[in-house]
Amino acid sequence: MATSPKLDAKIPKGEIDQKWSKYRSTVHLVNPANKRSLEVIIVGSGLAGASAAASLAEMGYKVKVFCFQDSPRRAHSIAAQGGINAAKNYQNDGDSVYRLFYDTIKGGDYRSREGNVHRLAEVSGNIIDQCVAQGVPFAREYGGVLSNRSFGGTQVQRTFYAAGQTGQQLLLGAYSALQRQVGMGAVKLYARHEMLDVVNIDGKCRGIIARDVITGKLERHFGHAVLIASGGYGNVFYLSTNAMGSNVTAAWKAHKKGAFFGNPCYTQIHPTCIPVSGDHQSKLTLMSESLRNDGRIWVPKKAGDTRKASEIPEEERDYYLERRYPAFGNLVPRDVASRAAKERCDAGFGVGASKLAVYLDFSANMMRYGQIEANKQNIHNPSKEKIRELGMGVVKEKYGNLFDMYKQITGEDPYEIPMRIYPAVHYTMGGLWVDYNLMTTVPGLYALGEANFSDHGANRLGASALMQGLADGYFVIPYTIGDYLSEEIRTKAIPTDHEAFVKAEAEVQERINKLMTIKGTKSVDHFHKQLGKIMWEKCGMARNAAGLKQAIEEIKKLREEFWKDVRVTGEANEFNPELEKAGRVADFLELGELMCMDALNRNESCGGHFREEYQTEEGEAKRDDDNFAYVAAWENKGNNAWELHKEELIFENIKIAARSYK
Amino acid sequence: MSKENFLQSSLGKKLVMGITGLFLITFLIVHVGCNACIFANDGGVLFNEVCHFMSHNFFIRVMEIVLFAGIFTHMIQALLLTMKNNKARPIKYAVTNGASNSKWYSRSMGVLGSLLLMFFVVHWAHFWVPTKVAVFTGQEENTFEHMKEIFSKEYVVAIYLLGIISLCYHLLHGFPSAFQTVGLNNKKYTPLLKKAGATFAIVVCTLFAAMPITVYLGIIK
Amino acid sequence: MSHGNMNLTLKVWKQKNKDAKGALETYQVKGISPDMSFLEMFDVLNEQLITEGKDPIAFDHDCREGICGMCSMFINGRPHGPVKGVTTCQLHMRSFKDGDTIVVEPWRSAAFPVVKDLAVDRSAFDRVIAAGGFVSVNTGNAKDANNILINKDDADDAFNAAACIGCGACVATCKNGSAMLFVSAKVSQLALLPQGQIEKEARVLSMVGQMDDEGFGACSVTGACEIECPKGISLENIARMNREYLGANIKSKH
Repeated sequence: MATSPKLDAKIPKGEIDQKWSKYRSTVHLVNPANKRSLEVIIVGSGLAGASAAASLAEMGYKVKVFCFQDSPRRAHSIAAQGGINAAKNYQNDGDSVYRLFYDTIKGGDYRSREGNVHRLAEVSGNIIDQCVAQGVPFAREYGGVLSNRSFGGTQVQRTFYAAGQTGQQLLLGAYSALQRQVGMGAVKLYARHEMLDVVNIDGKCRGIIARDVITGKLERHFGHAVLIASGGYGNVFYLSTNAMGSNVTAAWKAHKKGAFFGNPCYTQIHPTCIPVSGDHQSKLTLMSESLRNDGRIWVPKKAGDTRKASEIPEEERDYYLERRYPAFGNLVPRDVASRAAKERCDAGFGVGASKLAVYLDFSANMMRYGQIEANKQNIHNPSKEKIRELGMGVVKEKYGNLFDMYKQITGEDPYEIPMRIYPAVHYTMGGLWVDYNLMTTVPGLYALGEANFSDHGANRLGASALMQGLADGYFVIPYTIGDYLSEEIRTKAIPTDHEAFVKAEAEVQERINKLMTIKGTKSVDHFHKQLGKIMWEKCGMARNAAGLKQAIEEIKKLREEFWKDVRVTGEANEFNPELEKAGRVADFLELGELMCMDALNRNESCGGHFREEYQTEEGEAKRDDDNFAYVAAWENKGNNAWELHKEELIFENIKIAARSYK
Repeated sequence: MSKENFLQSSLGKKLVMGITGLFLITFLIVHVGCNACIFANDGGVLFNEVCHFMSHNFFIRVMEIVLFAGIFTHMIQALLLTMKNNKARPIKYAVTNGASNSKWYSRSMGVLGSLLLMFFVVHWAHFWVPTKVAVFTGQEENTFEHMKEIFSKEYVVAIYLLGIISLCYHLLHGFPSAFQTVGLNNKKYTPLLKKAGATFAIVVCTLFAAMPITVYLGIIK
Repeated sequence: MSHGNMNLTLKVWKQKNKDAKGALETYQVKGISPDMSFLEMFDVLNEQLITEGKDPIAFDHDCREGICGMCSMFINGRPHGPVKGVTTCQLHMRSFKDGDTIVVEPWRSAAFPVVKDLAVDRSAFDRVIAAGGFVSVNTGNAKDANNILINKDDADDAFNAAACIGCGACVATCKNGSAMLFVSAKVSQLALLPQGQIEKEARVLSMVGQMDDEGFGACSVTGACEIECPKGISLENIARMNREYLGANIKSKH
C-alpha cells in the first residue's frame, strides 16, 4: 500500500487482460462541443508529445505545443536507432501480448507496475498499424510484409525498424500528424520556447510560464491540463547519448510544484556506445543495440593484451557474454551487458588506448551473410574475399549509417577492424510519478514518455522507449485525459492576469535575474562537467553507500559554488543559449542530489541500479523483494529537502523471481 | 489547396523552361542539318537550295514564328526566375565553393544564355534580316556567297566561336536538365541520357563551329 | 585547457539579431585536437570567449550525432563543411590542417532569417510540411499493418527519401536558395507509398504553393543540393515532384 494518499495508482480492478478494455469502455467522455473549449498544453514534441498533440487535436481539444528546439522535428526521439517493439507475432515465433508484458516486467527487474505494462503491450500492435498508415517506411521483406529484428532481453523477433533510423521515421510520422493539425489551426505551435514553470490554481495545474528563447520574453499560457513530455534527464551525467539540449527542467519545475518524482536513481547505461576519446568530448554516441544481433562482443583472454584485434586468434578471444549467459548470449538486457563490459575492463581486459572498451565484431556474421548471399545469387564455390564482399554488402544495407557514423567519429573503418564500444548513459527509467491515467500527483498535470517513471521498472528493454512514447501519446492519454477533463467542462479559461500566473512569472523572472547578476568566473559547462563527473563516478554503473554519501556532499558544495560563481554572458532579453544552459544545469544540480539519495535509500541491486554491496557471488544484481518492491516517490519539500513515499508493487500475474538470462 | 496558378509557380515556370528548351534543341538539329549542306563542297548549290526552301516553305514560316515565341518565352521565364532566385538570397555568402558540388556551366546558365542572346542578335543581323529583306523585296539571295563574305573576317569568326562555345555549355547542362525538369530521371536511363546530352552538345556544336572555320580557312569554296 | 596541437583562425559571422547588420569576426583557437568534432571546437572557442568576458557565438545544435538536423554551419563555402555525407556535428577536426583559416557563415536564405550569429529560423520548413506533408489518418483509423503490402524497392526508395533531416543544407548551398530537395523528399516518400496515393495531387500542389510563398528560389538542376545533402537525398526526388506536380495540375478540378 502506498504511504501517501496521493500515491493512488488507480489501476482498474479485474483481470489483467481486461483492465484496459474495461477502463476504455467506462471512462468518462467529453462531448465534441465541450472539447472545443478545453485547452491542453503539451511541453515537448518528441514521440510522446507530438503523438499526444496530434491525437488530442484530432479529437477536438485546443492544443498548444511547446518545444525548445527550432522545430518539433528535432526532439531527441529522432535519434533512436534500432527499432520499436510490438507483439504482432508476424514471425510466428510465439510472441503474444502476454509475452511482451512478461519480458518487459522481467527486463525491468520486477520494479514496474503490472497494469501499466500490460496496457503497453496491448496497444503495441496499434502503434505499428498507426505508423504504417501514416507512411512510416518500415523495413520490408521481398513479399511486401513488414520485417522484424531481434533485440535484447527477448527470444522472439518483435522489433520493427527502419534501417538504423527508426526513431527518426517514427518521429517524422508523429511530427507530420502534428503539423497537419498545426496547418488546420487545431494546434498552436511554440517552437524555441522553454517551459520554466507550471502554474497551479486551487490545487490544480492550470498553465505554464514559458520563455520565448529568441526574445527572452516570458509568456503565460493557460491550459485545462498540462502534459509534460519533455524526455529524460540523462544529461545530469554531462556525457550521455542524449542531445545537448535534453534536460530535466520541465519535469523538475513540475516536481517542485508538487509532482512526486519516481525512482530517480534508475538510469540506463547502454552497453554499445563509442568510447570517450578525450576531455573535449561533449556527448557520446550510441551504436544501436540491433548491432548486438549480428555482432559478437569479446575481449582478449589475456589481460593487457596489446595486439591488434586481427592478430588475436579465435581461441584467445573471450566472448564473455556468450560464456556467462549462454541462453541469451549477446542479447542480454542492457544493464547486464553494460555491467559485464565494465567487469571485464575493470579486471584489465579492456582494449584500445584507454583500455575502457570492448570489441563488437562483425567479421563472423559478415561471412555468414556472404555465404547466404552467394547462394541467393547462385555463385558456386565463391572465394573467401567474394563471400566477405557480399557479406559486407548485406551489413552495409542493414547498418550502413551506423558504420559510417562510427568511422566518422573514430576515424577507424569498422568493416575492417572491430568496433570498440563501452557503456554510456542513455536513458532514465525514473521520472515524474504518474498513476494509470498518466497523471502526476498534481491534478491536471500529466507526464508522458520518458518523462514519467511508469513502464520500464529498473531497466528498459531495447526498442521499448519508442513503444512507450507512442503508446502514451496515441493510445493512452486520449482516453485517460477524458477522465479528468470531463469534470472540467464548466471551467472557463482562466485569464492569465490571475495572481497565480503573475506570481509564477515573477519567480521565474527573479531566478533569471539572479543567474544574470552572479557574473562569476566559471562557465556553465564547467559546473555541468563537474556534476557529470561526480554522478558518473559515484552514481553511475556501480554505486555504493559511501560513494553516494560523498556525492551528495559534493553536489551540495558544487551547487553552492554555482550560485556564487557562475558566469552567464549576454543579456536576458535576447537569444542566449548560455542562459538556457544555466537554468538547466541549476536544475540538474538539484536532481543529482535526489538521484544519489534515492540510490542510497535503495539497499538492493535491481536493473540499472547496481549497489556493489548487493550482488551475488557471480557478480549479478541481488534484489531485495521483501523490502524494496516499491516505487520510491519523492515529494519535494523545498530548499532541497525531500520526503520519501512508497508505492508498493503488487505482482498478481507474474511470479516474481530472480532474473536469469543464463 | 493552393490557389497558385500553374504558370506562376516556380515549378510551372521551370517546366516552361524545360519544354521550350527541348523544343529549341529540336530546332538545332534542323539548323545544323542545313548548315552541314555546305560540306557537300559543291560551291553552295545544295546549301542555297535548302536555304531557299527554308525561307519560302509555308510550314517552316509558321514554325519560325513558333521558334521565336519559344526563344522569347525561354528568355522571359529565365529572367523572371533569375529575379525570383536573386530575391531568395538577399545577403550573399562571403565565401562560396561551388566547384565542390556542381559544374561551373550549371551555375552559369544565365551568363551563358545572355552571351547566346548577344550572339543571336549578331547572327540574326548577319543572316536572318538579309534573308527576310530578300524575301520581301523578291530578290534572290545567294546565302552561300553572303556567308563566305561574312566569315572572311576574323573577329566575326571569333564571335561565332564564342557563341557556339556558349551554346555548347548551355546544352551540356540544359539537355539533361530539361528532362529532369519535365520529371524524367531514374537510375537506369538518366546516365544514358546524360551521355546522350553531352554527345549531342559536342557533335552539334562541332558541326556549327566547323562552318565559320572551314569557310574562313577556305576549305569550303 | 589544451587538448591537441592544431591552431586555427576562424572567421565567424556575428549578428546580434535578425534586424541587426552582421559581419565576419576573426578569432584564434589553439590546442585543437583532430578528434574533436567541429562543434566541440566551437565549444572550446566559446569557453575561451566566456572566460574573456565576451559574447559567445550562438549556433544551433542538439543531438550531435547527425540526425536531428539542427546544426547548420556554412563552412568555407560549403554547408556542413568539406566532408561528404556528414552534418556539421559529425565533421571532425581531422578534416582540417593546423594553421587553416576557416570561414563560418549561417545558412543564407530569405526564407531562413538569421536569429543570431549562426542560428537561423527554419520554420518555413515546418509550414511546408503543415501544408501537406502528411497522410490524413487520425489516430485509431489504421488497419492491420500487414494489410498494406509494399514492394521492397518502393519501400526502400520511400525510406531513402524519408531520411531527410530537414537541416536546410540544400537551401543553403543552392545558388538559387531553392528548397526543392527538401520538399521533393517528402512528396516522394508519400508518392511512393500506397498510403500516400489518396491525397497525392492535393499534397504536391499545396506543398509547392507553400514553398513558393515562403520565398525559396527555383531549381536550376546544378545538383549541388544532392552532393551536399548529409543524407544523400537524390535529385530523382525532384524529378518525381516535377512529374507529380504536372500530373496534379492536369488532373486538378480547381
